[in-house]
Amino acid sequence: MLKELFPNVVMKDLLVATGETFYMTLLAMVGTVIFGVLLGLLLYLTSNGSLWENKGLNIIVAAIVNIFRAIPFIILILLLIPFTTFLMGTFRGSNAALPALIIGAAPFYARLVEIGLREVDKGVIEAAQSMGAKTKTIIFKVLLPESMPALVSGATVTAIALIGSTAVAGVIGAGGLGDFAYFHGFVRRDFDVVFVCTVLIVIIVFIFQFIGDFITNKLDKR
Amino acid sequence: MISIEGLSKIFHLNQKKITAVDNLNLTIQDGEIFGVIGYSGAGKSTLIRLLNRLEEPTSGKITIGEKEITTLDKNKLRMARQNIGMIFQHFNLLWSRTVSENIAFPLEIAGVPAKERVQRVNELIELVGLSGRENAYPSQLSGGQKQRVGIARALANNPKVLLCDEATSALDPETTNSILDLLVDINERLGLTIILITHEMHVIRKICNRVAVMENGKVVEQGDVLDVFLKPKQPVTKKFVEQVMENQDGDLDQLLEEYTSGELVRLHFVGETANQALISKISREFTVEVNILSGKITQTKLGAYGTLVVQIIGEKNEVNQTIQFIKEETSVEVEVLVNA
Ligand SMILES: Nc1ncnc2c1ncn2[C@@H]1O[C@H](COP(=O)(O)OP(=O)(O)OP(=O)(O)O)[C@@H](O)[C@H]1O
Ligand SMILES: [Mg+2]
Repeated sequence: MLKELFPNVVMKDLLVATGETFYMTLLAMVGTVIFGVLLGLLLYLTSNGSLWENKGLNIIVAAIVNIFRAIPFIILILLLIPFTTFLMGTFRGSNAALPALIIGAAPFYARLVEIGLREVDKGVIEAAQSMGAKTKTIIFKVLLPESMPALVSGATVTAIALIGSTAVAGVIGAGGLGDFAYFHGFVRRDFDVVFVCTVLIVIIVFIFQFIGDFITNKLDKR
Repeated sequence: MISIEGLSKIFHLNQKKITAVDNLNLTIQDGEIFGVIGYSGAGKSTLIRLLNRLEEPTSGKITIGEKEITTLDKNKLRMARQNIGMIFQHFNLLWSRTVSENIAFPLEIAGVPAKERVQRVNELIELVGLSGRENAYPSQLSGGQKQRVGIARALANNPKVLLCDEATSALDPETTNSILDLLVDINERLGLTIILITHEMHVIRKICNRVAVMENGKVVEQGDVLDVFLKPKQPVTKKFVEQVMENQDGDLDQLLEEYTSGELVRLHFVGETANQALISKISREFTVEVNILSGKITQTKLGAYGTLVVQIIGEKNEVNQTIQFIKEETSVEVEVLVNA
């Protein structure tokens, strides 16, 4: 039955492609969260009236974030080919896609982190200061825990955007479902393959959204 | 002892200078509950925040105990803050932590080992009357309960001083009273100095020993609460006193018209609790009838204070003797309104 509806779909290859999409998304997420949280914290802490208020640094970080957020992902990949080749030895394959994915997504996530941190009650930060907390303590025991639901829901949105980006990265041969849909489906005019890949990507997006919402709700004690 | 000398704080807001605290001097004794009252914008919050340097003073000197707060460097200031508790109008609890975890937070900051932390947290939960709620999250508590967590948290590191900025302003009257009772209890049990900011005179009346009235960043009047209540000098102070004593005579004119027999007198009670039995005493010892027509007695920490308008009916002679007795044998002041 499946064979008749989707004559050109090779199950084994499809599974490999799905695995690659997961692989790229998850690894890129790790990098995105690390850099995004760092940049987001920096944006927040150096802003006006915050703990490390520093106008110059704030402007520089904001500029970097805005520039990388402004570049369309497909162009970012092409721009980064020399850098990726230098870093990974090649610009093809799933691993080679990671730098571009992270550089594309981290600034976006950094802004979401910053927004989340801004939502933390100033009074609570002040209470911690009145107890004699160090800045380090305020970051790890007040700012991050109190903004955790926002950080997780932001990460969910970012992860879903990343799934889209992994598909775009397919055009430079990154592997995954986007690559598969393009080279094995579109190029060969096997539209059943394109269709199946689309359905799988939608399912993956739903899974991420579901898990993200679940964790956010669990964390939110407000 | 806390001493504040020449303290000023000037904010700069779009080229404009706002003097929130203006060359202020104040001395607060160890173990007292000191109230600071003033209208919105008087600079009360700024003053209390200067005490633990949540706000940096523009000039002046603050000494708490042996420590000169104003000259401490960043690290020393952090250590000093661990010995100055603070509670807030909006409680400022971490919603992501349970009651126990919130109370444990200052202990974590002070580096208290985990085992001792658990024990101390349990003591504090007991102290503020929150047993059974230790695993609740702040969102599951009432305002009064949240403030109890705030108080427990502020007391965790055994501070010598507790700063309260409008600690009861977000609470209903009954809850306010229970929180104030708790503060008095803590003050007596732990010998803690409490500095309390409010715009409600009844809060001052209920728990403070001394009070300072603030206006435009300055202390315009200060003294024992009872003295300030009895002889308010400044217009602001009079207004605050009226807040709790408002309408004390009811409609005096109406009373004078209605009660034409006997003698109408106004009794001023000052301070001593012994006077509270006055009415029953005179009706026992003299053959007169005493009707209480209107009045208000208010309890301060140092005794009752207020006025009563009463009608004394009886033989002319008896009535005069009664009044003589009150004037000479008690500290109640008598003011004759109508001599019928
Ligand atoms: N961070 C700030 N920047 C600029 N001006 C400030 C700042 N904080 C306070 N002020 C100003 O200082 C003055 C005193 O404010 P403060 O908050 O101390 O008053 P308050 O007596 O506590 O009033 P309330 O009863 O409304 O809390 C006000 O005019 C206020 O606008
Ligand atoms: Mg205030």
